[in-house]
Amino acid sequence: MAQALLEVEKVSKRFGGVVANRNISLAVPEGRIVGLIGPNGSGKTTLFNSIVGHHPIDQGSIRFEGREISKLRVPEVARLGLLRTFQQTRVYDKMTCLQNMRISVPSREVSFLDMFARFAPEVDERAEALLEFTGLYAKRHLRAGDLSFGQQKLLEFAMALMAEPRLLLLDEPTAGINPTLINGLIERLKRVNADLGITLLVIEHNMRVIMSLAQHIYCLAHGELLADGPPEAIRDDQRVIDAYLGAH
Amino acid sequence: MSNLQILFEAPIFSVQLLVDGLLVGAIFALVAYGMALVWGVMNIINVAQGELVMLGGYVTLTLYHAGFSPFLGVPAAAIVLYFVGWGLYRAVIWRVVDRDLFISLLATFGLSILIQQLANQMFGANVETARSGLGTIALLGGTITVSEIKLLAFVAAFVVAGVMVVFLKYARLGQAIRATAQNARAARILGVDTQRVYATTFALNAAICGAAGALVAMTWIIHPYLGLTYTVRSFMIVVVAGLGNLAGVIVAGLGLGVAETFAGFIFGAEAQAAFVFSLLVVILVIRSLILHHQRRVLR
Amino acid sequence: MRQRISFVLLLGVIAALAIIAPLLFPGYRTQMALLWVMVIFALTWDVVGGQMGYNSFGNVFFFGIGMYACAVVQRDAGLDYYTGLAVGVALGTALAVLAAAVIGAGLLGLRGHYFAIGTLGLGIAAAEIAASWEYVGAGSGLVTPVFPGNIEDRTLFYYGLCLIVALLTFFTLRWLYAGRFGLAINAIRDDEDKAEAMGLRTTRYKTIAWCVSAFFLGMTGGLVGNMMGFIDPRDVAFAGATFGVWMVLMAILGGKGTLWGPVIGAVVFHVTQELFWTYLLGWQRVALGLLIVLIVVFFPQGILGWLRERRPDLFGHRVEEAERGA
Repeated sequence: MAQALLEVEKVSKRFGGVVANRNISLAVPEGRIVGLIGPNGSGKTTLFNSIVGHHPIDQGSIRFEGREISKLRVPEVARLGLLRTFQQTRVYDKMTCLQNMRISVPSREVSFLDMFARFAPEVDERAEALLEFTGLYAKRHLRAGDLSFGQQKLLEFAMALMAEPRLLLLDEPTAGINPTLINGLIERLKRVNADLGITLLVIEHNMRVIMSLAQHIYCLAHGELLADGPPEAIRDDQRVIDAYLGAH
Repeated sequence: MSNLQILFEAPIFSVQLLVDGLLVGAIFALVAYGMALVWGVMNIINVAQGELVMLGGYVTLTLYHAGFSPFLGVPAAAIVLYFVGWGLYRAVIWRVVDRDLFISLLATFGLSILIQQLANQMFGANVETARSGLGTIALLGGTITVSEIKLLAFVAAFVVAGVMVVFLKYARLGQAIRATAQNARAARILGVDTQRVYATTFALNAAICGAAGALVAMTWIIHPYLGLTYTVRSFMIVVVAGLGNLAGVIVAGLGLGVAETFAGFIFGAEAQAAFVFSLLVVILVIRSLILHHQRRVLR
Repeated sequence: MRQRISFVLLLGVIAALAIIAPLLFPGYRTQMALLWVMVIFALTWDVVGGQMGYNSFGNVFFFGIGMYACAVVQRDAGLDYYTGLAVGVALGTALAVLAAAVIGAGLLGLRGHYFAIGTLGLGIAAAEIAASWEYVGAGSGLVTPVFPGNIEDRTLFYYGLCLIVALLTFFTLRWLYAGRFGLAINAIRDDEDKAEAMGLRTTRYKTIAWCVSAFFLGMTGGLVGNMMGFIDPRDVAFAGATFGVWMVLMAILGGKGTLWGPVIGAVVFHVTQELFWTYLLGWQRVALGLLIVLIVVFFPQGILGWLRERRPDLFGHRVEEAERGA
């Protein structure tokens, strides 16, 4: 089997006395959409944080494009093309949407002198196209902090796309979004994956969303990998059902 | 450095410095405890902490000049500063409690300048002490001297801290304070009057500083500009010990007292301020580098 | 287009005033030179503070280094006045930048209040160390060489230099803010963790920002040391209680995080402070403390921030716009 874009192998992480992740292994093949589900507290966000380099891991290995990244820091991992969005949605709130987009140009392409240069018109064109894609074009000169929560989530998504990721980790992309807008978001995620070739690893609580979006799903519970497989298998897996319903 | 040589050739000096350092360190720890209290409960770093100590010292000096025993200064300063603290909270602090940390930092910084300069205008820039009239105890055949007043101040510092700990643990208001420190919103929902808790906490901190100031007036000297040094000492102690770690504050406070005393002896008394502020920078940089290695940030 | 014209007009008026005033009022030249120094103080603080969110209470550290380095060169290098001044200022500037890079490696890893208090300690520690270091005159400080000319020429000369450095600072920052650098430091201010997560080289930007501040502060230090004639470690060079505090206050007063805010704040503050010092003799520092509290509590957005709330259109804030391609 070809090497997956992201390989997480037997990763463990504890915080003080609490074991957040124990012996977790998963693989995200290139060009696919993989889901990560599990009840609250099962260690999903901790795993994300481990992957992007937010903290060191206690055991295991994390490989991106075949290269070990578990010792790298967040900005270094990001510059390799592995980006993440945040559960609470983080944007630069005192800057306009357009400025948020401009500063999201991939840093790996920025040389020392580029740091002081003005932005080329191509940058703005691309930014505006992506804002249009997420429906934020009309708001591009508004301060990001003045947007609604849902709009900020879309902006964060647009910024991530601006940074040309190879792999995008999305932490609950539909949380807090108006249900009527969720379909639009799913559509956009699928398009981004199909047209731009961006691999996605998505944490989701909304079962409907993840079942229709992901091609393969991993389920965590109590910090361990409970089950994995295609959506239909996961949906019917008794262990997964029990984990969510809290059967002890 | 000849002073350093003395320490090696006559180790008994080191013991003397150690004793003196521990005695002064208790007062540092006390002031740091107050700062940690306010920081933990209201997330405010009181840059005017040292100025409150200084005011406590002046209360004591005023009593002393009026003919009263400076020992009265400890409760008197505590009470006066309690009301000063309460007043400061109601006038200024409550307006910056829920805003970003820089605003509250700058606000208390402005207050520290204000209080410092007011004191300078009112009391003059002279250096003063409130003489307690106590003697010294000689140990080990006279090679080590322990000033009685410093020993008393050492004990007093622990007593004041002890009273606070008991209050926080058992008194109704004390428990309300602790609850607010852990989760202000939850406490408010459960009926705790957060504004009253904040005001009381700030006032209690001021009282602690007042008592410490009284002790400083009796054991060392008071002048309008000693504030910032005490603020920086408290900050260093809290940074090293961590919030909510009383034992750590005590150890760090005593440690700082010893370090300063040795530095004062080796480098000279004038360099003591340089030592304190340089140490602050060094501690922060080391802390930052250690956390950076662990991929964490000092928040 | 209209904005461009009014900007050029504004600059023209300021330039005219800047050139005429010292000629009309020769007695006030040093105060006017200090006005430009205040502008430099506020602008250099704002790069790191208002624009980047790293509130430094110790920028005066670089000012003092520049001042002392220049004075030592002038004392020891045995050069004639102007050459000595030039070399001194250059060395002072270089040392200040070096200091920023080295100290920054340690301090710029600190966030928020830790950085603020750490830099506060830095400034004071420098003052105390300079006050006990014999090589730079310890508590007595240093004296800068006598100007080879009369007092009229001297004040005009230094006025001109301060004006030039102020203009240099302003236009350099204007250029920096217009490019990626400006957005990068704003991003660091708004959400540093997010900036890191997006791959931004935050350490590099932070260090460059502080070095830029240090550059102009070091340069100004050399000039002010010569303007004053004598350098005191605590009151002139590492003047934390005056210059150091004013740097922060001026930027906030005018509106931090903007290009013109610090300039406006510096002008307003300088005039106010001169009045305080003249008429409130003895109580001017009490008034300063009170002013800080009042501004921070009631007016933290500053003059430009207040103006932006009232008249957002002046700042180019457009609301909704038509769909793309319409």
